[in-house]
Amino acid sequence: MRRFSWFNATSLTLGFAFLYIPMIILIIYSFNGGRLVTVWAGFSTKWYGTLLSNEAFLDAAWVTVRVGFMSSTLATILGTMAAYVLVRGGRFHGRTLFSGMIYAPLVMPEVITGLSLLLLFIAIGLDRGIITIVLAHTTFTMCYVSVVVSSRLISFDRSLEEAALDLGCTPFDAFRSVTLPIIAPAVISGWLLAFTLSLDDLVIASFTSGPSSTTLPIKIFSAVRLGVRPEINALSTIMIGIVTIGVITASLINKRAVTKRLDDEQKAAAA
Amino acid sequence: MAQPAKTPVVFAPWEDKTAKPLIEFNGVTKRFGSFTAIDNISLKIYEKEFFALLGPSGCGKTTLMRMLAGFENITSGTVLLGGRDIAPVPPNKRPVNMMFQSYALFPHLSVWDNIAFGLRRSDMPKDQIGDRVEEMLRLTRMEKFARRKPHQISGGQRQRVALARSLAKAPKLLLLDEPLGALDKKLRNDTQFELMDIQEKTGTTFVIVTHDQEEAMTVASRIAVMDHGKIIQVATPAQIYETPNSVYVADFIGDVNLFEGNVTATKGDKVEIAWAEGQPSIHATAPAGTKSGDRVHFAIRPEKVSISGDKPDDAANAIQGTVHDIAYLGNISTYHVQLSNGLIVKAQAANNRRLSRRNFTWEDQVWLSFTDTAGVVLNK
Ligand SMILES: Nc1ncnc2c1ncn2[C@@H]1O[C@H](COP(=O)(O)OP(=O)(O)OP(=O)(O)O)[C@@H](O)[C@H]1O
Ligand SMILES: [Mg+2]
Repeated sequence: MRRFSWFNATSLTLGFAFLYIPMIILIIYSFNGGRLVTVWAGFSTKWYGTLLSNEAFLDAAWVTVRVGFMSSTLATILGTMAAYVLVRGGRFHGRTLFSGMIYAPLVMPEVITGLSLLLLFIAIGLDRGIITIVLAHTTFTMCYVSVVVSSRLISFDRSLEEAALDLGCTPFDAFRSVTLPIIAPAVISGWLLAFTLSLDDLVIASFTSGPSSTTLPIKIFSAVRLGVRPEINALSTIMIGIVTIGVITASLINKRAVTKRLDDEQKAAAA
Repeated sequence: MAQPAKTPVVFAPWEDKTAKPLIEFNGVTKRFGSFTAIDNISLKIYEKEFFALLGPSGCGKTTLMRMLAGFENITSGTVLLGGRDIAPVPPNKRPVNMMFQSYALFPHLSVWDNIAFGLRRSDMPKDQIGDRVEEMLRLTRMEKFARRKPHQISGGQRQRVALARSLAKAPKLLLLDEPLGALDKKLRNDTQFELMDIQEKTGTTFVIVTHDQEEAMTVASRIAVMDHGKIIQVATPAQIYETPNSVYVADFIGDVNLFEGNVTATKGDKVEIAWAEGQPSIHATAPAGTKSGDRVHFAIRPEKVSISGDKPDDAANAIQGTVHDIAYLGNISTYHVQLSNGLIVKAQAANNRRLSRRNFTWEDQVWLSFTDTAGVVLNK
């Protein structure tokens, strides 16, 4: 192992400090016993308790989780289908345009995505509620899923699908029984990514939510505008925890699959 | 009462004008962009044939098979299977199975499930699938590895699983893309005989790609020699070897001595070929239509050239040279004999004496001789 030079060590520390000190402070203060957010008054978990008896927050949490599940599942199905067609569909007309367009939502300002969805929902007369948030989240997380899945599909050996067809599978059966099991890690990490993104989202949700369907980020944001309360710290800490677990799991699944594949290929080459 | 000896029935449907081919290529061309991978091929393959495709790397063998299996569109021409145009039939509806050059084993399934994959999608009753898989495992000697995943077995074992998987459904037509390349010689020979045996039992038609000429000679009913997307010659192994139709085929299959020269005299089907200053003309038998003045190649296999110390009196052709090199191959030796004009001619002789008692050694003056029917005259 190479030793870090002092320069490397310093830049690493500074960089990570910059990224994580705000969050660490928030987490620490969520265990603050006092009412004032900025004055430390001893360790306590009482704000977590208050949180659990706060109906409004619990409702919002439940809405968020439902929206997350539904939108990430929809996004995974649609995103995987899109990735499959774009990678496998051959050279159909306008393919380059489509593959370019699927990445557009990645760079589109969220305000614009949110606003345009809002206009659409008003135009078609859809009442704003959970359904509209789910649709909106599906739209913007789908492209993340399709990026993850298509990068896996590109390295996927086409002749496996051909072998399946050759042995009597219909194209759909070949996808279900050969392609999908092999790309499953990418699909799962795509789902987790979509779920965390949906959990996080404030801007698009504020455009598309209705009075009875406030998500947690919206709730937090509006609560904070009336002044930071210690429960919010506790709530945010929980969200940080969930998102961290989601992201780490997604990348672990993907990394394990990649290492396993490389390992298999190495063994195959050595054999 | 003595029965008249039965004449054995020779399997040669391609000689029979009334026989219906199983596969028929009619002027088939396949282009990838501007590159022509298959160039106007017409070809008939008959039921129960063991048809071998031979040719250098990149000449279009795999492409030809992929068109039969349904993975490549045909640019122009038609392919008929059992008299029906197969262009509109999707791969999963064709009575064809293919063993992929890259094996294409399903990495998430065990060896057992790989072999059962096609059977589960056929109309075979569930309770027979197990027996069939076991049979295939026995055939390829993979019984011990049935529960392993493809990445847990060796390259040769993977090849055997791929073979077993493609054989399992006993299709009407089986396409094998270099099925035995990764096997050791003994296992390869055994498997070759298994394949021939399977074919005899099931009547499956085989199309096989191989880089091993000996393998093609052993198993094939006919061989097609390909080059740059074209078929150069289609014939039985013996015909390909004994009467190649071109220098390309003569050179590609086996070892050959080539002499380029001009026809100076013809008499019936006998010709004389002048091929070098100061060397005697070659007396040979030429195909009809060969005229004086034609530029031709004379091709002769090393084992048809005799080597002797004294000039044989009655040989149609006798050329003198010195032994330049000797390749000892165990049962036979190949002598590389240099003629006075520098050309090296190979002659093979059986080693029916012990090494120490051998007749010739380096730098010996020797005579090479052959009859006037031993070689072939090629005009392309
Ligand atoms: N999808 C493709 N796109 C473009 N060119 C291709 C494609 N598939 C094959 N070719 C080209 O067509 C030619 C014939 O390829 P093919 O795979 O049939 O060769 P082959 O005879 O099987 O060779 P080998 O003995 O090395 O397996 C090659 O020059 C190859 O580069
Ligand atoms: Mg090939």
